[in-house]
Amino acid sequence: MTIQTEQEKNESEEWQPKIIAFLCNWCSYAGADLAGVSRIQYPPNIRIVRVPCSGRVNPYFIIKSLIDGWDGVLVSGCHPGDCHYLSGNLVARRRFAILKELLEFFGIESGRVNFMWASAAEGERFAMLVRKATKIVKALGPNKKFEKKW
Amino acid sequence: MSLEAENQEIEDSMRNLARKLISEKEVDVVIGYSKGTIPMSVSPIMIKKVDDVDKLIWSNLCYVNLAKYLVPRIPQLIDPEKGNLKVGIVSKGCVGRALIHLAAENQINLENIKMIGIPCNGIINRKRIEKEIGEREILEVYTSGDQIVVKGKDFEEEFLYSEYINELCKKCKVKSPPIVNDYNESCIGDCQEIENIEEDFSDLDEFEAKSSKEKWDYIKETLETCTRCYACREACPMCYCNLCFVDQNKPVWFNKTTDLPDIIVFHLIRAMHLAGRCVACGACSSVCPMGIDLNLITRKLEKIVKERFNFTSGIDINSPPPMTSFSMKDNEEFMLEED
Repeated sequence: MTIQTEQEKNESEEWQPKIIAFLCNWCSYAGADLAGVSRIQYPPNIRIVRVPCSGRVNPYFIIKSLIDGWDGVLVSGCHPGDCHYLSGNLVARRRFAILKELLEFFGIESGRVNFMWASAAEGERFAMLVRKATKIVKALGPNKKFEKKW
Repeated sequence: MSLEAENQEIEDSMRNLARKLISEKEVDVVIGYSKGTIPMSVSPIMIKKVDDVDKLIWSNLCYVNLAKYLVPRIPQLIDPEKGNLKVGIVSKGCVGRALIHLAAENQINLENIKMIGIPCNGIINRKRIEKEIGEREILEVYTSGDQIVVKGKDFEEEFLYSEYINELCKKCKVKSPPIVNDYNESCIGDCQEIENIEEDFSDLDEFEAKSSKEKWDYIKETLETCTRCYACREACPMCYCNLCFVDQNKPVWFNKTTDLPDIIVFHLIRAMHLAGRCVACGACSSVCPMGIDLNLITRKLEKIVKERFNFTSGIDINSPPPMTSFSMKDNEEFMLEED
């Protein structure tokens, strides 16, 4: 049994965001796997959904996740030019750009929705960016905008 | 020239062209505007005979985007034996743009369409006038000089046209339909050659400078009254999906209630779908029974697309719509990066 220090105890009681992560099968999911087998620490706040390509991620998915109460959404795919389907991530990038700007325009914290590229060899980078995304979402607090009144 | 004279001139040239097209059998049917059944309204009309051409009118209330009737084609435009009829369509600038964009999306073939180009002089904002008239009943609306005269049982009020024109029309740079290179014949009457539009988005500056909370409060206040009647969708020439995402129930993407989160989501996704496609006709705002001004959102869309992808919808038939194409050079300043 591990003994928690005072500081760790405080941390575990503090609010933790739940982030849904859509990772592409070919790069980011493998990157997450690499981070795992390399024993690189990253926050346990993300729940991973494996998708064939970041181009599969419909803006519906992202907004639906927010309505369903997720505090943040993270979408990750292959670096531009590395897509297994050649252009999936480039098409996705345009959508994400517009979605991000629209969220900002509607006054919804656009930090809840994050996009990143991570290849299969970048376990370190994956862990680092997940840490960063978690930090951003944590700073925004719980997702209340889409909460229903009843 | 006064507004009244301008309107008369547009109306005359439109009727002459329609008469010519029908009598020379160049088109089977002309779609245009006719007098509405109640004041402050116009209704669309399909004209097949020369005698009926005088029913066509032009006034500053013609807010309907007629391109809507072509995609999907309404039954009146299909002959059971001949198939698709050749259509002449009274086109103000935004109808022309909508047609060109629909052609770019492979929804229509411009060869079978004749645009009757007219130099649109702007559409008035009905909602603002109705608001000022209030509960009183409007019996007649007409233009006199540069004024819009609204008559009722025991009142008569004048509204200065240039003040009550739609915000979008004030900013509009495409008054008459653009000419398409490979389809020179498709536009007759008043058309213009457009290569590139220099848009001025300064009207958005004020809103964009607000803080996140202020933006949310404003959007909340604006959209709160939305009843989700989908009139905006029905009026939009670009909304032609067989099954709209809000009607889809397997799986149910979004709830059908009028709770604020659901309304916001509807408008958010609707905006996503119109990115790079909206032709700024303002039909959505004009038909809204609750008087919601959606132009703010559509203007923003235009701005994003112009700044990011340097694209203006409905000008060039050969440039692919931005959401169906991609480029390695797109900006990606919004992506997470290592410190």
